[in-house]
Amino acid sequence: MLTSRHPLIHLLDRGAVLFLVLLGAFAIAIPVLNLLVPSGSTFHVSTYLVSLFGKYVCYGLLALSIDLIWGYVGILSLGHGAFFALGGYAMGMYLMRQIGTRGVYADPILPDFMVFLNWKELPFFWYFFDHFAYAALMVLLVPGLLAFVFGWFAFRSRVTGVYLSIITQALTYALLLAFFRNDFGFGGNNGLTDFKDILGFNVQSEATRNSLFFISCVMLAICFLICRAIVTSKFGKVLVAIRDAESRTRFLGYRVEAYKLFVFTLSACMAGIAGALYVPQVGIINPGEFAPANSIEAVIWVAVGGRGTLTGAVLGAFVVNYAKTYFTSGFLAEYWLFMLGALFIGTTLFMPRGIIGTYNHWRANRAERKDAERDGAPPLASPRAAE
Amino acid sequence: MRALYDRITALVFALGLLAAVAGSAHAGPYEDALAGFTTDSFTDTFEAIDGVVASGSPMAAQLLEALQDSRLQFSAAEKKVFIKTRDGALLDAATGEPAVGAPPADLANVRLNNRLRGALNAAIGALTLMAPDPGRRLSAAQSVFRSRDSSALPAVEKALEAETNARVKKALTEARAAIIVMSDDASPDNKIAAIAVIRDRSDQESLALMSGLPANAPPEVRAAATDAIAKIQSNLAIWRTVQNFWYGLSLGSVLLLAAIGLAITFGVMGVINMAHGEMVMLGAYTTFVVQDLIRTSFPGLFDYSLAFALPLAFIVAGAVGILIERTVIRYLYGRPLETLLATWGISLVLMQAVRAVFGPTNKEVGNPSWMSGAFDLGGILITYNRMWIIIFTGIVFVALLAMLRYTRLGLEMRAVTQNRQMAAAVGIRTARIDALTFGLGSGIAGIAGVALSQIDNVSPNLGQGYIIDSFMVVVFGGVGNLWGTLVGALTLGIANKFLEPFAGAVLAKIAILVFIILFIQKRPRGMFALKGRAIEA
Amino acid sequence: MVDRQTTSALLYLDGISVSFDGFRALNELSFIVEPGEMRAIIGPNGAGKTTMMDVITGKTRPDSGDVYFQEGTVDLSKLDETEIASLGIGRKFQKPTVFEMHTVEDNLQLALKNDRGVRATLLWQSTAEQEKRIDALLDRVRLKPLRSRIAGSLSHGQKQWLEIAMLLAQDPKLLLVDEPVAGMTDVETMQTAELLKEINRHHTVVVVEHDMAFVRELGVKVTCLHEGSVLAEGSIDDVSTDERVVEVYLGR
Repeated sequence: MLTSRHPLIHLLDRGAVLFLVLLGAFAIAIPVLNLLVPSGSTFHVSTYLVSLFGKYVCYGLLALSIDLIWGYVGILSLGHGAFFALGGYAMGMYLMRQIGTRGVYADPILPDFMVFLNWKELPFFWYFFDHFAYAALMVLLVPGLLAFVFGWFAFRSRVTGVYLSIITQALTYALLLAFFRNDFGFGGNNGLTDFKDILGFNVQSEATRNSLFFISCVMLAICFLICRAIVTSKFGKVLVAIRDAESRTRFLGYRVEAYKLFVFTLSACMAGIAGALYVPQVGIINPGEFAPANSIEAVIWVAVGGRGTLTGAVLGAFVVNYAKTYFTSGFLAEYWLFMLGALFIGTTLFMPRGIIGTYNHWRANRAERKDAERDGAPPLASPRAAE
Repeated sequence: MRALYDRITALVFALGLLAAVAGSAHAGPYEDALAGFTTDSFTDTFEAIDGVVASGSPMAAQLLEALQDSRLQFSAAEKKVFIKTRDGALLDAATGEPAVGAPPADLANVRLNNRLRGALNAAIGALTLMAPDPGRRLSAAQSVFRSRDSSALPAVEKALEAETNARVKKALTEARAAIIVMSDDASPDNKIAAIAVIRDRSDQESLALMSGLPANAPPEVRAAATDAIAKIQSNLAIWRTVQNFWYGLSLGSVLLLAAIGLAITFGVMGVINMAHGEMVMLGAYTTFVVQDLIRTSFPGLFDYSLAFALPLAFIVAGAVGILIERTVIRYLYGRPLETLLATWGISLVLMQAVRAVFGPTNKEVGNPSWMSGAFDLGGILITYNRMWIIIFTGIVFVALLAMLRYTRLGLEMRAVTQNRQMAAAVGIRTARIDALTFGLGSGIAGIAGVALSQIDNVSPNLGQGYIIDSFMVVVFGGVGNLWGTLVGALTLGIANKFLEPFAGAVLAKIAILVFIILFIQKRPRGMFALKGRAIEA
Repeated sequence: MVDRQTTSALLYLDGISVSFDGFRALNELSFIVEPGEMRAIIGPNGAGKTTMMDVITGKTRPDSGDVYFQEGTVDLSKLDETEIASLGIGRKFQKPTVFEMHTVEDNLQLALKNDRGVRATLLWQSTAEQEKRIDALLDRVRLKPLRSRIAGSLSHGQKQWLEIAMLLAQDPKLLLVDEPVAGMTDVETMQTAELLKEINRHHTVVVVEHDMAFVRELGVKVTCLHEGSVLAEGSIDDVSTDERVVEVYLGR
């Protein structure tokens, strides 16, 4: 028997369990419907859709990482797309090195764009990227390190609120400009593309695509559990305390910058993982991923789903991106940006808690009302009355 | 070659004389010379060119120019020569009057070979060196400087004697020096004197000239040239610094213009307006619409188009700003991060709306005549549009400062900035001030749009290009302080332009961004931050 | 003034000056607080009371002067808020600041004296002993029935008390209490005075307050600040009859 105070009860509350069950069902159902159901059937899911859903799952993970810092510590990063893209580039570099002699210029070492630029040698930062384990490490390390250094400076000097948002935006903008340059060594404008193999499997094949989709779901579940563990621990309570009354938390003796730095770095690593899973599924990574607009859009997914709820962030990423796919492919394409803009305005004005947050709030209110009715006492007892 | 010298010297003499005896009689030497063009023989053409120059006729320059452009035509049958103007009309070369009657059937171009072209160039050079218009004389002298054509020396010297305009005289002296430095037969002393002249000119061209000195020149000349090169280079470095400074000032004023409205909304209200760039864009489109209207209905007013656009842009952007404040932002006070997201949404809507109305492509916004062109100031080129934008920015800045300091609205705005509750308590309607402040900030963004339409592409994405930079300026300069914004904008603009030659435009920009990111961590409230308890609350 | 090397004071301030944009918030402020003492600080608005708190807790750095803690052994002007809090200086703000989204219990849990490091809080588990401490604290501030209530839903006075309970949970050597009875009813004010006196049995307390009835009720040594320096010091009766104090403060 678990007692009511056992941490697992908090970690896996009803919402979290429901989320994991749904995610698991999704992770299994989509590959089954793609691989086992014949393509003529109405239940068949096309391989294109598998990759599309895989993309959503990666966006969900990005949203989760943003929610962890925005929803729980109040750090609104407008540069999380940078960490996502850096993770993506790390994976893209691995995939480029796997092309080998199958490139247009058939150089065994140099990727095509370097041959095209007349480079003779592989730049040092491309070394070892032919090993998957190294690339996987970089997926975590590069965004993590950047976030650590950036956060170390920013949090120590107490840059908060909109100032922090603005400089995170400047950060991703600076990276955007840098990655557009050819001499930066990451393929410039065109980025990295034309991937062939991942771990020896053809990235285009149905089996690989389904596997990537499944792995994305598993990573999302793992990261979700990590986030849940964090926010339900005392650490998580300190985070919320920082969000709501930062200087009070300091006067209680908590080293606020250490807390922020830890969670910001963790969040950047998660965004990096999301980017790394995203790249083989969409088949390209280019500097456009660093665009400030992308980062802000990811924030609105979280806002729509409900910040500070984790499940809401993932839900928001799914809902908004499904809507985007649906509307931008039809005759409504021209109106999509109007809708996105309206979504930004509408969510902040009329539903600041987001979908899940509003639902939770409504349930909490109802529960309180019921309690009050049952006890027959007013909900707010003054201390003297209670004496 | 020698013959050509003599001939041209003779020509110039003749020219001088004939200019004095002006008043060409009918069938004078000019008309005689013309006949040489009708025989279709290179030798005759050669002599005809001489003859025309020697005639001193006012038609000479026009005729030789036509010859150079293959617009000189003749009819062997009628023994007549015609100048075809650039727009295709036919003039009688003898009188300069439009040709009467149908053009002759055997009309053909007067042909040239290389020898003739050389003679022709020299002849035109000589003619234009003595042209009545100082501007033409100046450009002729400059072209001689560039060509260093030794055949032009006598003409240059002749012109030098007659010249009275100081600028042209200087150009002629330099042209002469250039020829002497490069000539084979000038004495070393003359060459050294010439090098001194060129050294004082001190520009990129004189540097090229010095570096191109023949290797077989005498050692003392080469030494003088080396000295001159060093001198020119240090001079050029100074001018480069001045030029970078000027470009930096120009960029800084653009940044200031874009950021100053933001400084007001952010500084007074603490509102992050991500749609600020779109207010700039609306201002630029207002300019486009005004110009379009003027072009189609009142073309004569085109030079005044900006004068109409300025107030309109202020009103349009300001009205949109007030609308945004009343419908969205006022519900979000005290929630800066939500404000940021909502205004980003507004910016998406505005961009898409403009795209829907005007299309996604760049719109052509013209420069009025007083904003086109450029002039030289010492070693740098100053374009009128940049200069006017700097002046304009200064005016806007001063006007804004004065407004904040001396008007009732400014007083109330400052009161609200410093203590919102207290301002409300003394009867200031803070909600009205908020709306007006936001309108003012947006209106100024609109005005900035008018200025930016003169130097940037007017497209729906115009504002996006400025928003991050503007925020950097405001944050760098310190919130709530217009002087901080001024210093911030100019510092960033100038730093950017000084970094560019070393790092390239993109790396310079990255370096600036990284610098600001680090700077904010050192001074989280910017350079000129308000201190004290008020801002902590 | 006592020399800092030989002082027995818990808190020692000497010649503190702080300026904001030319405005002198503190001007050569000096006073000492002995261990176990309760001290009331009074003074009109702008006298520098809150700035003084800021200096002691590390929020504001003094332009000049010395701030020492624990018999002159610790230089507070070199430390930041977190370090000063860990030394055992607790602060209650003028406006009650509790963690509004947390329950009353969690608020206290966060305040309890414990390892404040990242790793410790990640792996932390509540113990029976801590539960008991929280029970005792809730009893003391009469908030026990509201244990699982969200702090944001408490009344103003309840928040003030919760914040005092949080201070006690920190078990500080020195408590700085900024206007604890602002906005309280008369009865609540008297109860708070009782509570502070009780707290003073085990802790050193500095109270900043406007409410003269409350200060009188406390019955402790009073320091009156004016324009950033000490105007008068002594019992409430002495201070309230001091001519200069009457002039700048009470007489108005």
